[in-house]
Amino acid sequence: MRLEPKPAPSLAMSILYPVVAIVVTFIIAGVLVMLADANPFSVFRLVLKGAAGSQFAILETLTRATPLIFTGLAVAVAFRAKLWNIGAEAQLYMGAIITVVLGTGALPLPAIILVPLVMLAALIGGALLLAGPAWLKLRFGVDEVVTTLLLNFIVLLFVSMLLEGVLKDPMALGWPQSPKIIAEAQLPRVITGKRLHYGFVIAVALAIGLWFVMKKTVLGYEMRAVGHNAEAARFLGMPVNGVLMKTALLSGGIAALGGFSEVAGLKGSLTLDLSPGFGYTGIVVAMLAMLNPIGVVFSAIFVAGIFVGAAAMSRTAGVPSYIADVMVATSLLTMVTAIMLSRYRVKWK
Amino acid sequence: MDAQSSPPPALRLSDITKRFGSLTANDAISFELGQGEVIALLGENGAGKTTLMNILFGHYVADEGSVEVFGKPLPPGDPKAALAAGVGMVHQHFTLADNMSVIDNIALGTQPLLRLKLDRSAARAKIDRLAQDFGLAVKADALVADLSVGERQRVEILKALYRDARVLILDEPTAVLTPTETEALFKTLKLLVAKGLSVIFISHKLNEVMMASDRVLVLRAGKLSGERRTAETNRHELAALMVGHEVTPPVVAKVERGALLYELKGVSTARRAHGTALKDIELALHGGEITGVAGVSGNGQAALAGLLAGMEAPVSGTVWIKDAAVTAWSPLAALNAGIARVPEDRHRQGAIADMSVSENVIAERYRDRRFSRAGLVDWTAARAFAQSIIDDYEVKCPSPEARIRLLSGGNMQKLILGRALDPNPSVILANQPSRGLDVGAVAYVHSRLLEARSRGAAVLLISEDLEELLALSDRIVVISAGRLSKPSARGELSISQIGAMMAGHEAA
Repeated sequence: MRLEPKPAPSLAMSILYPVVAIVVTFIIAGVLVMLADANPFSVFRLVLKGAAGSQFAILETLTRATPLIFTGLAVAVAFRAKLWNIGAEAQLYMGAIITVVLGTGALPLPAIILVPLVMLAALIGGALLLAGPAWLKLRFGVDEVVTTLLLNFIVLLFVSMLLEGVLKDPMALGWPQSPKIIAEAQLPRVITGKRLHYGFVIAVALAIGLWFVMKKTVLGYEMRAVGHNAEAARFLGMPVNGVLMKTALLSGGIAALGGFSEVAGLKGSLTLDLSPGFGYTGIVVAMLAMLNPIGVVFSAIFVAGIFVGAAAMSRTAGVPSYIADVMVATSLLTMVTAIMLSRYRVKWK
Repeated sequence: MDAQSSPPPALRLSDITKRFGSLTANDAISFELGQGEVIALLGENGAGKTTLMNILFGHYVADEGSVEVFGKPLPPGDPKAALAAGVGMVHQHFTLADNMSVIDNIALGTQPLLRLKLDRSAARAKIDRLAQDFGLAVKADALVADLSVGERQRVEILKALYRDARVLILDEPTAVLTPTETEALFKTLKLLVAKGLSVIFISHKLNEVMMASDRVLVLRAGKLSGERRTAETNRHELAALMVGHEVTPPVVAKVERGALLYELKGVSTARRAHGTALKDIELALHGGEITGVAGVSGNGQAALAGLLAGMEAPVSGTVWIKDAAVTAWSPLAALNAGIARVPEDRHRQGAIADMSVSENVIAERYRDRRFSRAGLVDWTAARAFAQSIIDDYEVKCPSPEARIRLLSGGNMQKLILGRALDPNPSVILANQPSRGLDVGAVAYVHSRLLEARSRGAAVLLISEDLEELLALSDRIVVISAGRLSKPSARGELSISQIGAMMAGHEAA
């Protein structure tokens, strides 16, 4: 087997390949469902119903998509400039820590000031957390994949330390959980009484904003140029290191907003299971969207729908909801394969 | 006619066709290589020479057609089979392990992996015999890292001969050699042929083709456009076959020497991982003048180009632009000082292949008010600028939105020139501006450089192509081991004198 480059993928092909990737994902998941002694079609129908079959289901999917939009955008922005930020998980927790520290009554301010202030502080915290690995990369050539990945564990253990220590809620009966943030620090709900909160609105607005930045601004142009060919960008007079540092600040800040949004919009407090891997799933979301910020919104909703739908399905059909993890992971693999196949032709000897 | 007694050709290619998508890289190419014959395969970049050789050597599989070696069909897509059949290839970029000795490099891969000890004595005997027979003197125990480029090429050839190659393919073998080394290579070729070996020699340099081959095959746009006995053709005919039309040499008009625009005084640069640092360089560039830098690649050209392009800062000495000493060293500072840069490597430095033509042409100027305001890029202005270069430089490209990757080397170079020459720069660095371009594009690049010279710009032309240097330069300096010779005016030095200086000898 050998790969030969294709001249240029046509538009039809570049749409067809992702669609085929999704279809293949469902076929593979279908085989697994059959192994679990269930009918794939009825299972997928239940997944779809659980994800989008009612107002409740749709709102639940959008709520679940919200943190994934933030982490997906953070990854998309960084990957576009070929800065491999695998640490969105850590940056998300950093945002959550700052939200809890500032939002539990330390600052007695009205909501109209407190919410933006906490948001800004979370943004800065996440930005600085990624600035460290970025600086090490630019100054000493330290691989940011390693540093950002390892920071995930450091920050998670740090959260654990805080929750067993200074941030432990004395009223939580021994649970490692922070106190609840005050009402003035909370993001309002989109529909009163439902779980969908303004974090979703902020995430969508951010996606549109980032699309604009990438397409229209000097910074977006520089980021794309550095990502495609850093050596040429440097030769042509672009401040490559500055661009990568700005990218790191932006990416880390966006991921931290995800943590802010989860605490201030949904959970109200910080726990060790605030994120079931939103930072890592953000990588899948960004890749499925082919790093397009608007695409991130849709791929986040798709991935969230699979998780929410599979959870509902497992309650009625008895197929374990882990099928969702399999489907999301498979969709990443098929998608990456599809992208490769759209660029190369496979020849069998 | 007695078909039995005539030996089979060393190589027979029949109707080789290879397509990449809509592009036909090789279109029904057939030819034979006789035993003891040297064929030159001539063609511009992109004409299909490399694809054809890759098919022959088993890196690619042809869509149609077949290859026979000494009358036996060669299984497609198997480099090992090609080697076993006696086809050896010397690549343009050497495939040697720098940290191993010559003898180990040559023997590498020829002995069973599971044997504990290398049998060096047999290898040494065979290498010595080959070196003697073919005039390929090498120090068998030297590390490859310590060898000159010419020596490395000899090791590559020995490596092929060691594997009992009967057909030798040389891919652009003279690109990195001094004229003296080139002559030695051609002598070796004669010895090889005298022993009955057959050689295919890929080149786009007409004078070498005329010197070293028995027969010339010309490829153009994937087709065999002509086949001539070398003795019965001439350079003009071959050039016309390569391009498809007559080529006229550049007309160099007389231009008054202008003011001193750029000067290096006693400049040295820091040691570098690849190539040579500059040592105490003096160089003055005047308006209306093209200064050519001759030299074997790797003798400090990269550092010199880096200095002008703002990629490198000197460790001692001073640099003057007009009458101001340069203090800031960055590509941006060089651009702002009015230096236009045509980089050596279009793909690595000159262009961002996956971005569009518009995005590429503004890459050096996007901060100007012309192309951006308040942090927003004015894409309308960028597109208009791209379109103006496309029209002005006759760039063949579907639209300003096309990714630059899809353009040919010549069209890409035209865009880079258009970008660099747009604000009427006073100093122009042209580093290998015509490397890998077809004859038509080369003529175009030359005419633009001469135009800039007429306008009063100072041009520094770094090139490995002596003919190009002699045709265009008002003055020539020779770079060798990081040092620069005194400039000599047009016509003052002969090719052989320049060759001697390139090899490190003082001018006679």
